[in-house]
Amino acid sequence: MAMKTRSAFTDLIAFFGALAVALAPYRRWLILGLVLLIVLPMPFVVKNFFVFQLTLAMVYAIAILGLNLLTGFNGQFSLGHSAFYAIGAYTAAILMDQYDVAYYWTLPIAGIICFVAGFLFGLPALRLEGIYLALATFALAVAMPQILKLSPFEHWTGGVQGIVILKPNAPFGLPLNPDQWLYYFTFAVMLALFLCAYNLVSSRTGRAIKAIRDNSIAAKAMGVNLSLYKSLTFGVSALYTGVAGALGGIVVQFVAPDSFTFALSVALFVGLVVGGVGSIAGALFGAWFVLFVPNIAEHVSKGLAGAVYGIMLILLIYLMPSGLAGLVRLVVMRFARASR
Amino acid sequence: MTRPALLEAKNICAYYGATQVLHGLDLSIAEGGITTLLGANGAGKTTMLRSVCGMVRATGEIRFRGRQIAGEATEDIVRLGIAHVPEGRGTFVRLTVEENLHLGAITRGGKAGIAADVERVFGYFPRLRERYRQQAGTLSGGEQQMLAIGRAMMLRPTLMLLDEPSFGLAPLIVQEVFTILKQMNEREKVSLFLVEQNAALALDLADHAYLLETGRVVMAGPARELREDENIRRAYLGY
Amino acid sequence: MELFLHQVLAGIATGGIYACMALAIVMIYQAIDHLNFAQGEMAMFSTFIAWQLIQWEVPYWAAFFITLAVSFAGGYLIERIIMKPIHNAPILSHVALFIALFAVINSLAGFIWEYQIKSFPSPFGTHSVLGEGLISAHDAGMTGVTVTLLVFLFLFFRYTRIGLAMRAAAANPESARLVGIRVEWMLALGWGMAASIGAVAGMLIAPVVFLEPNMMASILLYGFAGAVVGGLTSPGGAVIGGVLVGIIENLAGTFIPYVGSELKLSIALALIVFVLTVKPSGLFGRSVVHRV
Repeated sequence: MAMKTRSAFTDLIAFFGALAVALAPYRRWLILGLVLLIVLPMPFVVKNFFVFQLTLAMVYAIAILGLNLLTGFNGQFSLGHSAFYAIGAYTAAILMDQYDVAYYWTLPIAGIICFVAGFLFGLPALRLEGIYLALATFALAVAMPQILKLSPFEHWTGGVQGIVILKPNAPFGLPLNPDQWLYYFTFAVMLALFLCAYNLVSSRTGRAIKAIRDNSIAAKAMGVNLSLYKSLTFGVSALYTGVAGALGGIVVQFVAPDSFTFALSVALFVGLVVGGVGSIAGALFGAWFVLFVPNIAEHVSKGLAGAVYGIMLILLIYLMPSGLAGLVRLVVMRFARASR
Repeated sequence: MTRPALLEAKNICAYYGATQVLHGLDLSIAEGGITTLLGANGAGKTTMLRSVCGMVRATGEIRFRGRQIAGEATEDIVRLGIAHVPEGRGTFVRLTVEENLHLGAITRGGKAGIAADVERVFGYFPRLRERYRQQAGTLSGGEQQMLAIGRAMMLRPTLMLLDEPSFGLAPLIVQEVFTILKQMNEREKVSLFLVEQNAALALDLADHAYLLETGRVVMAGPARELREDENIRRAYLGY
Repeated sequence: MELFLHQVLAGIATGGIYACMALAIVMIYQAIDHLNFAQGEMAMFSTFIAWQLIQWEVPYWAAFFITLAVSFAGGYLIERIIMKPIHNAPILSHVALFIALFAVINSLAGFIWEYQIKSFPSPFGTHSVLGEGLISAHDAGMTGVTVTLLVFLFLFFRYTRIGLAMRAAAANPESARLVGIRVEWMLALGWGMAASIGAVAGMLIAPVVFLEPNMMASILLYGFAGAVVGGLTSPGGAVIGGVLVGIIENLAGTFIPYVGSELKLSIALALIVFVLTVKPSGLFGRSVVHRV
């Protein structure tokens, strides 16, 4: 009798293995379908605060994707992305608060400004490798809140107090409250940006970018203009994180210097590693981790919240040293081998 | 064979991840002799060398002086008296020539012994004496190869494994190096196991040779015989 | 002029702190080839252990050396137990692990000893040396200890067999194995030593900035700044770099308008960026020759 159940069990595994292998080429569409199925009805199923959190998770996913483009795909280590996030957020806040610009226009403007900022930062960064680049970007992250608090800029930045923004209402009189509307809006933006990223990465430019990460000397020898591509990647990466920042500012309704400290850069970095370097879909998983796990940790133990978070992160890295994306790849490979 | 086997490998299968690269190799290296492993690129020569030192996942039996070493850690195998000059030389580029040589003797004490050994290395490679305090990464390819061999000599090994010592070197330098290897074998009584793509050179130097093709030994015998062999001459010696 | 001199000396004093931290950072870099963000927290935790021992009436120097030993063991164990499983993981995962360690140690310290600041005794006393409150005895003592440590480390790495073996293991683990070096032990030893040096830094710094779980955060930054400016491959450079950072930070704070205490940190970091752009391997670092 035991023999029969064992063979039925292995047959089942083999079946799922074969299914996974057959479906693997379409996995991106499957994930998309799954995501849509779960995402679309959410705002009507859960409480407003949770909708807000989900929206913020999507914002972080975009920011993490930005970091991934630079660090994951291009191999340039950045601990300074909180600065670009801050620039995006403040751009949106100032435009909406002082110049009455509509919220949807702030996104592209923030994107362009951050692209320029990123590109300009990327230029001197060309000379720096690995740990040195990390430190330079680190400096940027730490400096940003302090620059934002500087008195000569207070007229625009609102100094330590920051700026308060009003949440936009749903357009066309749709029966959605502001939180729900922002949820769908953010989702649309996220989807669009993810698709763009995916196209970029699969294109010739994307290949050049990845070649620089894998072996920059060889890439150069093959005619890839290192300076141009590295700075451009910095710019695009900053663009993504800047747009995320703008969205984030709108979602949170508030920007202040101390919201954009080095801790944010660390969170983005952790999100990158957890999701999987070089994985676009992983960014969402990473965002979830950095948004929700600290909350969970606090529930487990108020006094030792940090320790619990740290331990969970350690365990995650042990289980998935290459992030969730790495784990998925491993599983698919194992099934592929088993079903042969 | 009249001389006892120093290293015996039986049924070696080696893997890189899931890919099997060696399919049941049998090898035997005589004490005091020079053995060479020939084959084209990708035949598995480097993998064989790395299997001996425990640097790659392998199954099978490897006995050094009768003692089973398969499965042991690289650093423990090395301490038994096997020196490995790896592919790409493995020089400590940021350290000086002096430090590189001293590292060869790091597992034993005795300052006087080490100084004498360094002198002996200089005897074979006078150029290294000039470069003694230079950063190893600034040496030319040929000099780095000499440094790598010198470092291996500092271990006072019984067996020296060399992975493509002629790689990337000018023909004159290669001649120099191979002459020195022959001298080393005769004077220091170090057995050599040499992996080479340059079949002509290797067959001139060695006593005994193996030919590897896609992870399998296809020919074995005294070097003299392989050199005369029709097929080898056409495929590997070019005439 | 008087003010300038005073600020320079004050800068040297604070720079001594940064130099000490920078030394610990370079130490671990030499051993494991990357930077450990949790280093500051480990130093802080060690200092708390020393404080606890002193609270239990253990005399200062006994507490000092016990803490050094405990820190060494702690660093060794962290490497063997926590870092070992991810030895072959990509470097980004290592950095994430350091971040996790940071969080755990910081939180643990706060939980055990709480967040009120505590005073930590100095073995050198608080009176002034060189008269007129220019340099306190503690600052002088701290400089002395840092320099001694530096000399010790220099000699250790340059002239001892273990020092050479450690450098080799960090530089090229595979080649190190081929000469018989037990690379894993070297790594763990490096961590132990770095932890001990960090403990020294912490115990020297605490009398000045007061002991609390977040005391090392900005010190670590300045330490990184000093290490990078000096060159990550040079312990001497790290010390000089640390002192330089201290001096410049002080001068900037005094003489440049708008630079209040908040911006002092940014100045230090702007310095790093500047030095790195001009001389990517730091003032005293050895640039590595890359042969293709």
